[in-house]
Amino acid sequence: MQGTSSAQPGSQDRRTAISWLLGGGVAASLASFFYPVIRFLNPPQITEASVNEVAAGKVQDLKPNSGKIVKFGNKPALLVRINDTEWKAFSAVCTHLNCTVQYQEGRREIWCACHNGTYDLNGRVTSGPPPRPLDEFAVKIRGDEVVISRRA
Amino acid sequence: MRAPAILFLLCGSLSGAAAVDSCVTCHSALEEGTKGPATLIKNDVHIAHGLSCADCHGGDRTSTDPEVSMSKAKGFKGKPARTAIPAFCASCHSNPDFMRRYAPRERVDQLDLYKTSIHGKKLAAGDANVATCVDCHSVHDIRPVRDTLSPVHPLRVAETCSRCHSDKAKMAPYKIPTNQFAEYRTSVHWEAMTKRSDLSAPSCASCHGNHGAKPPQVESVAEVCGTCHVLYEQLYGRSVHKPIFSVAGGGGGCVVCHSSHGIQYPNTKMLVGSTSVCAGCHEAGTPQSNTAAQMAGWIDGLGAAIKQSETVLATAESSGMEVSEAQVRLIDGRENLVKSRLALHSMKPEELRVPIDAGMAIARETLQAGQASLRERDNRRYGLGVSVVLIAIAILAIRSLIRRIESNPSN
Amino acid sequence: MVRDLMDHKVVPVHAGTAWYYFGGITLFLVGVQLFTGVLLLLYYRPTVAEAFDSVRFIMTRVQFGWLIRSIHSWSANLLILSAFIHMFSVAFTHAFRRPRELTWLSGILLLGLMLGFGFSGYLLPWNQISYFATKVGTDVAATTPFAGPAIARFLRGGEDVGAATLTRFFDFHVLILPLITFALIGLHLALVQKNGMSTPSGVPPSKLAQMKFFPNFLLRELMVWYGVLAVLGTLAAVFPWELGEKADPFASAPAGIRPEWYFLAQFYTLKLIPSHVWIFEGEILGLLGFGALAAIWALLPFWAVERYGASRTRLANGVGVFLVFYLFVFTLLGYFK
Repeated sequence: MQGTSSAQPGSQDRRTAISWLLGGGVAASLASFFYPVIRFLNPPQITEASVNEVAAGKVQDLKPNSGKIVKFGNKPALLVRINDTEWKAFSAVCTHLNCTVQYQEGRREIWCACHNGTYDLNGRVTSGPPPRPLDEFAVKIRGDEVVISRRA
Repeated sequence: MRAPAILFLLCGSLSGAAAVDSCVTCHSALEEGTKGPATLIKNDVHIAHGLSCADCHGGDRTSTDPEVSMSKAKGFKGKPARTAIPAFCASCHSNPDFMRRYAPRERVDQLDLYKTSIHGKKLAAGDANVATCVDCHSVHDIRPVRDTLSPVHPLRVAETCSRCHSDKAKMAPYKIPTNQFAEYRTSVHWEAMTKRSDLSAPSCASCHGNHGAKPPQVESVAEVCGTCHVLYEQLYGRSVHKPIFSVAGGGGGCVVCHSSHGIQYPNTKMLVGSTSVCAGCHEAGTPQSNTAAQMAGWIDGLGAAIKQSETVLATAESSGMEVSEAQVRLIDGRENLVKSRLALHSMKPEELRVPIDAGMAIARETLQAGQASLRERDNRRYGLGVSVVLIAIAILAIRSLIRRIESNPSN
Repeated sequence: MVRDLMDHKVVPVHAGTAWYYFGGITLFLVGVQLFTGVLLLLYYRPTVAEAFDSVRFIMTRVQFGWLIRSIHSWSANLLILSAFIHMFSVAFTHAFRRPRELTWLSGILLLGLMLGFGFSGYLLPWNQISYFATKVGTDVAATTPFAGPAIARFLRGGEDVGAATLTRFFDFHVLILPLITFALIGLHLALVQKNGMSTPSGVPPSKLAQMKFFPNFLLRELMVWYGVLAVLGTLAAVFPWELGEKADPFASAPAGIRPEWYFLAQFYTLKLIPSHVWIFEGEILGLLGFGALAAIWALLPFWAVERYGASRTRLANGVGVFLVFYLFVFTLLGYFK
């Protein structure tokens, strides 16, 4: 076998050391590709990505003739329990200047504190400056869970 | 004498044709002067409903003979005197049975309201220079209020009032200032109206009334503002300021701090510093002045904290990180800032602390989320750097392998 | 047989050897797309209601999801760029001449398939840009003479871009196009093995130094592929691919909506053509023009070869230069206008 370089033992050792280093580098680079892939395959804790449906609490949590604000997607939604069996849900973003509306038990209507706009329980504007009705969402009761979802 | 003769000839020549409205037909053919109305009425709401000149001015619209069409026997009233205009219009507009035929839901109390107004009272005393119906609603081309070209359309009311009320010569005898419209044009309400076409934004009539126009009295200013700004009125109503501002000489409710016409976006500079309105009554060093400074400090602090979160989140977002949840949370933070500005109207610091604390918590939370996001971004770049180094090593390894193979020709 | 190949396959060494890498780079990037695509499929949901949110989920919640997704998006662009470079390097070295006509044709088809991958994949995140870009793209397709409306209906799965389109594009992107592509790549590679590497015309192959493919050229290719991987990783980490906003068909199209860069030249050309030229509709003329240019280009091996004289080959080079110039300038124009 023809020698490829000087036969000095020192340089041979050095070459072996460099070879190991380089081989290690290759192995490490391969590991750095597969590490993210392995972790990718592991599903994250919360599996639901959906913002078309939101669990809004238990039926018992909301008394008849009361309302509460719930996060729906990245906007607030207003869930109103009208009586024992009727529920309504709307976007809680006032159509005037985007303040968050609230349910008024005494007047059984939806009210915006910023400029005194009012909506009825169909989301329609009954007085004040809001120019458009509130978007309505669908409410479904699953067992004792209240679920708000977008209307089809 | 020539004009009536020509008139007679012209109108006579038209007799025989079924002239629906001889007033318009004849007056359209005239020179300037009495021709004007005949052209203007094309845009008039009364004409559009089938009424004619004669329904207001009396006379006979079916006859082309001026002696007949404009005869007193046929009820011709001619042009009413200025002091008689309100009654002239009210002859129909205050008649519910008549109005029901054309606009059942329209009010019929305009004359009653007008009589209580400053304009109405002065007119009744014989001053013909004040505003009457036609000065605001125009005459002969009266458009419905919802028509954007009507001088009393919500977006045009202020302009219409200013025609007289910004005129120094006209207002001099009454000693009324004339800067209201100029001030109003600097206000947030004007901006809402003109920039956002927000028809709900108040203009002159919203606070002063339209037919019953009269500035609100000191004790009722807060109520007037409170028709929209409900919660502010409620808090102010139970604050120490209300009994003081609502008496004669007290200044008049909200107006004391916020001014009447040139209402600006409020900020904490109204509480402290050289533009402080509190300093108008409360000397520096007094407990009230200190409270004002304290509240201003809290609100400014919350504003700054929210701004800081906003900046960090924006940076994270522009580097490609996904921070929409924190940004949505920050909306709540901003609402707390609004609520804190509301709460200060109670003049009670402990009430202000509630939204301040809530807002600060959200600002802290979102700041941490933003900073975590930036750290994650840095981690990614660091990780990338490591990978690139490893790849470079791998490339070097392959190169040295190639060299080794190729320098040995027996391979 | 594979053993045989490994022992005997050689690569000629000459000034243009560097261009040989681009076929491999393209193949490598196809592999990257396949790999990252399969990974993304673990989490992507191809319905109008969930597509956008599933991509957001991948970007924000799945570990290293941002990396896999950004690599997939960047690699798509690099892949098409690499395919174009590969095609032009083959064209300018006349490697399409006998006996490699079929290799050239299969390559042209593969380029078309890559563009199809790009077009179909672009819609899958279902954001504003992709929705409206697809709308614009299928509208242009609809102006093809005669078959246009039918083509557009087939692409869209209906009259408008909607849920049916998403389903269809998903099918194209994940199954139909890959199957055809693998078959064609198989053919393309088999032909390359059979015919060997092309050498510059006028130089007899025996006069050139040869390098063994295995391991010498292959190791070099691995170096290049590693380099490409480093570029991809850098792009993904420093310029992550954006999520955008969920598509809202009822909103107006974003101002300045335009297709991805690889369709920009044609898009801008169509914008420039007046709506009517004599009695013909401008868009139809434009499409016919593209079709004619594509046909001339695809049929290069049959008219631009030395058999017909040196003037033909010079003409072919001229066409090539024109094409590169046109694509480059018009892509830039489309981008900045």
